[in-house]
Amino acid sequence: MTSLLDRLLRWPVTAVLWKDVVLETRTKDTLVSVFVFALLSIVVFNFALNPTPQNVAVVAPGILWVAFTFGGVLGLTRSFAVEKERGGMQSLLLTPAGRDSIYLGKVLSIFVFMIAVEVVTFPIFAVIYNLPLAAPEFIPVALLATLGIAAVGTLFSAMAVNTRAREVMLPLLFLPIAVPVIVAAVEASRPAITGEPWGDAIQWLPILGVFDVVFLVICSLGFGYVVQD
Amino acid sequence: MKNDVNAYVQPGTGHKPTPEGSAAQDSARQGLAPESLAIEVRGVTKSYGRTRVLDGLDLTLQWGQVLSVLGPNGSGKTTLLKILATLTRPDAGSVRIAGMDPDKAASRVRRATGVVMHDPMLYADLTGRENLRFFCRMFGLDGSEERIAESVRRVGMTSRLDQRVGTLSHGMQKRFSIARALLHRPRVLLMDEPESGLDLSAIELMRDVVTATKAGGGAVLLVTHNFDQALGLGDRLAILGRGKVAHEEALRPVQGAAGGKANTTSPEALRELYLKHSGESR
Repeated sequence: MTSLLDRLLRWPVTAVLWKDVVLETRTKDTLVSVFVFALLSIVVFNFALNPTPQNVAVVAPGILWVAFTFGGVLGLTRSFAVEKERGGMQSLLLTPAGRDSIYLGKVLSIFVFMIAVEVVTFPIFAVIYNLPLAAPEFIPVALLATLGIAAVGTLFSAMAVNTRAREVMLPLLFLPIAVPVIVAAVEASRPAITGEPWGDAIQWLPILGVFDVVFLVICSLGFGYVVQD
Repeated sequence: MKNDVNAYVQPGTGHKPTPEGSAAQDSARQGLAPESLAIEVRGVTKSYGRTRVLDGLDLTLQWGQVLSVLGPNGSGKTTLLKILATLTRPDAGSVRIAGMDPDKAASRVRRATGVVMHDPMLYADLTGRENLRFFCRMFGLDGSEERIAESVRRVGMTSRLDQRVGTLSHGMQKRFSIARALLHRPRVLLMDEPESGLDLSAIELMRDVVTATKAGGGAVLLVTHNFDQALGLGDRLAILGRGKVAHEEALRPVQGAAGGKANTTSPEALRELYLKHSGESR
């Protein structure tokens, strides 16, 4: 078992993921900040919009993905700040691992952290908005949309971390490009969250899948240029 | 990922050469021409915005040599090191490390070079062991625990291996940084002010690392502000000024080099030269 894990961790993608997971278990910076932000957003929107059984199906998916996306921005900023602080990114770039492997490792770690926050936040969201707690149809939507957000966000986070106003730059760069993923996620989440039949909403799942593939390919190619000094 | 430099053996490290682990075979696996220069920089130019940091710089380093690079702030020392470490690309000119073009064989160049920069380049919330294990994985190295033990022993940090790096002093972090650079037993060491933050005993250990690399047939490019360190460790000295090599000379004869001659310039005169170029950069 140990030897299998050791062999798995010799793949740069999983090595970067392991490193980020261990760092996160020590500091909990990303998980706590993303979770608190997502939770606060959900609570504030609940008071601001006062959703009723009649309009909850319209507003709830949007609220959920605004909370996850903006929370994710915090996590993305933190993820690359750790690399920047002591020349960690330089040390990664000095290894023979391909830039695309480093990128994919960072995407995976951000994906894992965001999914962990979503797993905890979704039941709270369902209780607050009086929605079904069990929503298995939401799982593929969450997985595909979160992967898309992580794929785009990782590239722009690597870009923004070298700017002086990185906290401002990241959302400015990331959100316009991530809009298709967020729109698709909101549309695909509606039947999953409210328990309605999929209907036309099912078409958003392959669209999300295509976005993920396109973003992963383009961003992994662009990452090498972004991190070059 | 296949490891192709784990066979490099340095004297005094306790690693015995094996039939499949000789330096020659290691060179062959990396595609190195044995007679090639360790570092060859020709006409390298690099600008950041409108500022030209390197301006047609030429530099060579032979195997078994230590080249000390001195220069005032802003003379392009760190930029040169970043280009050699494949962290940035020159705008013009050519670079070859161990006979390889970093543009075409970046991964192999990174396997052949160990880099110590000014920052420790370690994760503060991981222990020394976890940091080094992570870099062993990133290099795809076999026998990581043996490598870690060997490299920390060389920098005298065995007793601090399981302590979080962030709790260590800057000097101790720097020692771990040197250990990280040695993990894959590189043939070329690139060091940017390695002595900064180190105490006297650590400086001695660092000197041992440099000497052992040189004695093992490797090469070391040492960027420093410490004039005495540069003269004490270097076989050759290059003083950078205005993005070029302003002065270069051999400090001691090179073993085996035909007609190798030591310098005729006294340390005092070299110091004067260095100060002159520092003055020009101001």
